[in-house]
Amino acid sequence: MKSNNLQTIYVMWLREMKRFLRAKSRLIGTLAMPFFFLLAMGFGLRPSFNLPGLNDTDYLDFLVPGIIGMTMLFSSTFAGLSVLWDREFGFLKEIMITPASRLAIVLGRIAGGITTALIQGILILILSLFMGFKILSPSGLVLAFIFMILIGIGFIGFGLTIASVIRDTQGFSLIMQFIIFPTFLLSGTFFPIENLPVWLRPVSYINPLTYGVDGLRASLIGFSQFSPVLDLSLLLIFSLAMVILGSWLFSRTEV
Amino acid sequence: MLAIEVKNLIKKFNGLKAVNSISFQVNEGEIFGLLGPNGAGKTTTIKMLATLLNPTEGEAKVWGFDILKQRDEVRNSIGIVFQEPALDDRLTGFENLDFHARLYGLEEEVRRKRIEEVLNLVELKDKANVLVINYSGGMKRRLEIARGLMHYPKVLFLDEPTLGLDPQTRHRIWDYISKLNQKEKITVILTTHYMDEADYLCQRVGIIDFGKIVALDSAKNLKNILGGDVISIETDFPEKAFTVFRKFQWVKKISQHNGVIDLNCKEGEKKIPLLMKMDQKEAGFEIKSINLRKPTLEDVFLHFTGKTIREREASQEEKNRIQMRRRFRMRH
Repeated sequence: MKSNNLQTIYVMWLREMKRFLRAKSRLIGTLAMPFFFLLAMGFGLRPSFNLPGLNDTDYLDFLVPGIIGMTMLFSSTFAGLSVLWDREFGFLKEIMITPASRLAIVLGRIAGGITTALIQGILILILSLFMGFKILSPSGLVLAFIFMILIGIGFIGFGLTIASVIRDTQGFSLIMQFIIFPTFLLSGTFFPIENLPVWLRPVSYINPLTYGVDGLRASLIGFSQFSPVLDLSLLLIFSLAMVILGSWLFSRTEV
Repeated sequence: MLAIEVKNLIKKFNGLKAVNSISFQVNEGEIFGLLGPNGAGKTTTIKMLATLLNPTEGEAKVWGFDILKQRDEVRNSIGIVFQEPALDDRLTGFENLDFHARLYGLEEEVRRKRIEEVLNLVELKDKANVLVINYSGGMKRRLEIARGLMHYPKVLFLDEPTLGLDPQTRHRIWDYISKLNQKEKITVILTTHYMDEADYLCQRVGIIDFGKIVALDSAKNLKNILGGDVISIETDFPEKAFTVFRKFQWVKKISQHNGVIDLNCKEGEKKIPLLMKMDQKEAGFEIKSINLRKPTLEDVFLHFTGKTIREREASQEEKNRIQMRRRFRMRH
């Protein structure tokens, strides 16, 4: 009897999907926040938003890629952090006791997290279409999916890393306040990062989500601050590094 | 063949020895029990044997495989039921079993057949498609036992299998454990702090206290160490009574505990009249009550450790409370 890696990845993914589809309130809960941001900011700030270089860009168009990036950030970080809940409810022991390959377990988690995060990102994209958002081109849409997947992989890896370090759900709200919120507030979601004072800008430059949002903007509306190639490469490096770090820490977990 | 072989296993947590150099062996096909109070190191021992914790020192083999060097082989040979539930309660009973089977690489046909078998064994077939969140505590425990059996393990670890369950459910779980030991020829190693559980189920019992095994034998032999029956006597002057009783020829062993004197002797029922014939006025104390019983594992534990299991747990709780208070103070 030998455990089978594809089987392991599949069943980890399957579990994530079943949990996701059964927790309807969770889905509505995680979609509500980006949707309210889209609604309130999109319509509320639209008339007053006027920036040099962005003259002919509607604020809603500017905002939607950012909100999609934010949706990906939240859902994938939570997917990575869900290890914490598995630990709290004892299920992690059940997973770690099996002979299944630790790498396959991590890959299955990532696959599940990516799928659920993508579904949420796409739902937000569809909602924004109803609000009047226009996608530049089909090829742009494909590129946007690639950016979404990279953001997802990177932040699931990040969540796994954090989960291995803090070990219990007590630290969760600290993570929210001091990592996740600053990450999305300083990623250029609501405004171009040049609007920030010079001393604060470096924080945005080392923020991987900045390049994710910028890349999404480039692909969806054709406006970007950096070159999309730079966005893509930095994001690729970030997600690879996070996945490697996250899986390594996870595989060393003692329960 | 030896199912488990433990040599001088040590586990330290922050310098404290939770498991303090224990050694024991479990034979193939046996139901073996580790009996001791909470905090004695039972769960830590099980976790090390199941590759969930790394020992600080010492070595152990499970089904012939080294727990450090052959972790995957160990994992393939064992099933485990944890003390706290380890189920995904958003999945159904069937899905929990299926998840487990796939992680062990069971083929679809085997999976289906085996799920049905184990569900039948623990009589949960009609609840297979109910979400686990709707299960009762006893049903969850039964599902976990079923899951521990899914991949045809050679050795099954049960950590406090009946903790927190009502008496009726406990007896049912005992029946399942005996049944699977006989039917599936599985070696079972369980931890418990219930005397009756160890006595009823286990062929051999290791008594564990403060991370050490203080006695190991069949329950019957352990009780025989005490030399027959136990007569507990309450008197108004225990010290005086103690010196008097000690001189009786038929007393094999005498001990005093919380003002009650325990005498170990053969054919206790014939000794009570002797006690009553004694001139109590002359002896200078009065007998208030006499209780005769066959020794239990509780008496054995008392014999080896000087405390009852309940007292040990109470002092452990006290220790925890002090520790909590200290932590609380440090934080504020």
